[in-house]
Amino acid sequence: MLASRISNSVKQWVSYVGQLTLLFSCTVACAFTPPFHYNRSLAQAQRIGPGSFLISALVGFFVGMIIALQMAYQMVQLSAELYIPNVIAVALTRELTPVLTALIVAGRIGAGIAAEIGSMVVTEQVDALKAFAVNPVKYLVVPRFLGLIIMLPVLTILSDVIGIWGGYVICVFKLHISYEMFWKMTFRALSMKDIITGLVKTIFFGMIIAIVGCHQGLTVKGGADGVGKATTAAVVRSFILIIVMDCFITFVFYFLLNV
Amino acid sequence: MIEIRNLYKVFGTKMVLNNLSLTVRRGETKVVIGRSGVGKTVLLRNIVGLVRPDSGSIKINGVEVTNLNEKEYNRLRMEIGMVFQGGALFDSMNVGENVGFVLNEFMSLDKKTVQEKVRDALALVGLKDVEDMMPSQLSGGMKKRVSLARVLCMEPHIILYDEPTTGVDPITAAAINNLIIELRNKLKVTSIVVTHDMNSAYQVADSIAMFYKGQVIADGTPDEIKNSQHPVIQQFIHGEAHGPVTEDENLVFGHVK
Ligand SMILES: Nc1ncnc2c1ncn2[C@@H]1O[C@H](COP(=O)(O)OP(=O)(O)O)[C@@H](O)[C@H]1O
Ligand SMILES: [Mg+2]
Repeated sequence: MLASRISNSVKQWVSYVGQLTLLFSCTVACAFTPPFHYNRSLAQAQRIGPGSFLISALVGFFVGMIIALQMAYQMVQLSAELYIPNVIAVALTRELTPVLTALIVAGRIGAGIAAEIGSMVVTEQVDALKAFAVNPVKYLVVPRFLGLIIMLPVLTILSDVIGIWGGYVICVFKLHISYEMFWKMTFRALSMKDIITGLVKTIFFGMIIAIVGCHQGLTVKGGADGVGKATTAAVVRSFILIIVMDCFITFVFYFLLNV
Repeated sequence: MIEIRNLYKVFGTKMVLNNLSLTVRRGETKVVIGRSGVGKTVLLRNIVGLVRPDSGSIKINGVEVTNLNEKEYNRLRMEIGMVFQGGALFDSMNVGENVGFVLNEFMSLDKKTVQEKVRDALALVGLKDVEDMMPSQLSGGMKKRVSLARVLCMEPHIILYDEPTTGVDPITAAAINNLIIELRNKLKVTSIVVTHDMNSAYQVADSIAMFYKGQVIADGTPDEIKNSQHPVIQQFIHGEAHGPVTEDENLVFGHVK
C-alpha cells in the first residue's frame, strides 16, 4: 500500500520533470530563433525587479545580522570573533542570499506567472494566440524566462551587499570589531569564485521559477479553481526543485570543480 | 474551401464528433446550428488546429491539415480568422492593441497606419473611441465585436464565427449579420457561422447544417431547412420544449413540479 503510493508519486515526479525538461528545451529553442523581442524580456525584468528588491534586501539584511549573532554565540567563547565577518561573507554569497532570494522570487513572481498564464488559458487567450499563428511559448514563456535569468542575479548581488551591511551592524556596534577590521576580514575571505558560484546558482533558480510557473499556468484545467491550484503548485514545486538543484550544484562545484 | 470527411473526436469517454462530414465551398457562408454542447465549437477548434481530431480528414483549400506540424499550420492560420465564443481578448492589452495585434505582431507597419486600420476595423463593428479602454471595461457584446474587429484587421480569407450574435442587442445583431453578408459579397470570404439564432441563420446563410449527436443530420439551403420534415430539425428551429430531441435524451425539463 505505502510502497505503491511511493512508487506512484515517484512516477509522477519523473513524468513531471520530463514535462519541465520539454518546456525548457522548447523555451531555449524559441529564445534562439528570430524574431527576437528584447523589449518584452526587459518589460518582464522590470516587472520582477523593483517589486522584489525591497523584500529581498530586507531579508538579506536580517539574515546578515542573524548569522553574526549566531556565530558570536560560538566564536566569542573561542575569542575568535574576528572571524565572524569571514563567515558572514562566505555564507551569504555562496549559499544564503542566492537561495533565499530565489525562494522569495518564487513566491512573488512564480505564483504570479502561474496565475496570469493560467487565467489566459481558461479564458481562451492562449488559444487565441495559437489561432493567430503565435507560439505561446515564444510569446509568453521566453520573456518571463529571460526576465528572471536577468533579474535574479541582480537581486542576489544587491541582497549580498545589504546582507553584509547587516552583519556590519552587529559586528561593529555590538561586538566591537573595528570597521576597518570588518572590511579587511570580509574582503580577505571573499573571493570572486564565491560570488560567481552564488550567481551561477541563481541563473538555474531563475530558470526553475520561470519554467515551473509557466508550466503550471499552461496546464491549468477548469476555471478559477484550477488557476488557484496551479498557483499553489507553482510555489511548492519551485521550492522543492530550487532546494534540490541547490544541493546538486553545490555538489558539482565542490567535488567536480573544486570551487 | 473547407472539406471535412469522417471526423472523429473523443474527449475521455465522450464521443463529441462522430463521423462528421461537412463541405463549405469557396465564398460560401455555412451556418452551423445545433444544441449547446453538441460539438460546434469543437469543430471550429479542429479546423484551426487548436485540437487535433482522432481520425478523419480536414482539407482547407485542398491541403490536408490534420497532419501538418505547427509551423506549417501557422502559415495557414494567417488566412483563417476565428471569432471566439467569449471574445478571448488579451486582457493585458487595451482594445486598440487587441485589434491591431496581428498587424503589430507580423507586419512592420508604422504606428499611424496601424491606428488607422484599427479605427476602420472598429468602425466596421460599430465601435468608436474605445481604443484606450481595457477589455475588462467592456460589456459582453462589445467584447464580441472587438474580437470580430481583431479578426477583420488580419483580412482573412476564411472566418469562423462562434456565436457572433449571442448576447448582443438586436440592432447590433442585425449589423453583424449585415457585415457577414457584405464580407461574403464584397471580399468573397468563406465563413462558418455557429449560431442558435435562427433569424440570423436564415439571413446570412447560403446553406445551413444541423448538428445532432456528433453528425450533420441535414445540410441544405435555408428554405430546405425551413421546410424539412425531419422531427429533430422541426423541434430545433421552432424552439419547442417537447419533441424527439428531449425525448431521446429522456429529459423532461422546463416544468415546475
Ligand atoms: N477540451 C475538452 N475536454 C473535454 N471535453 C470537452 C473539451 N472541449 C469540449 N468538450 C466537450 O465537448 C462537448 C461539445 O462542446 P462544444 O463544442 O463547446 O459545444 P457547443 O456545440 O455548444 O459549442 C461538450 O460536451 C464539452 O463538454
Ligand atoms: Mg460553443
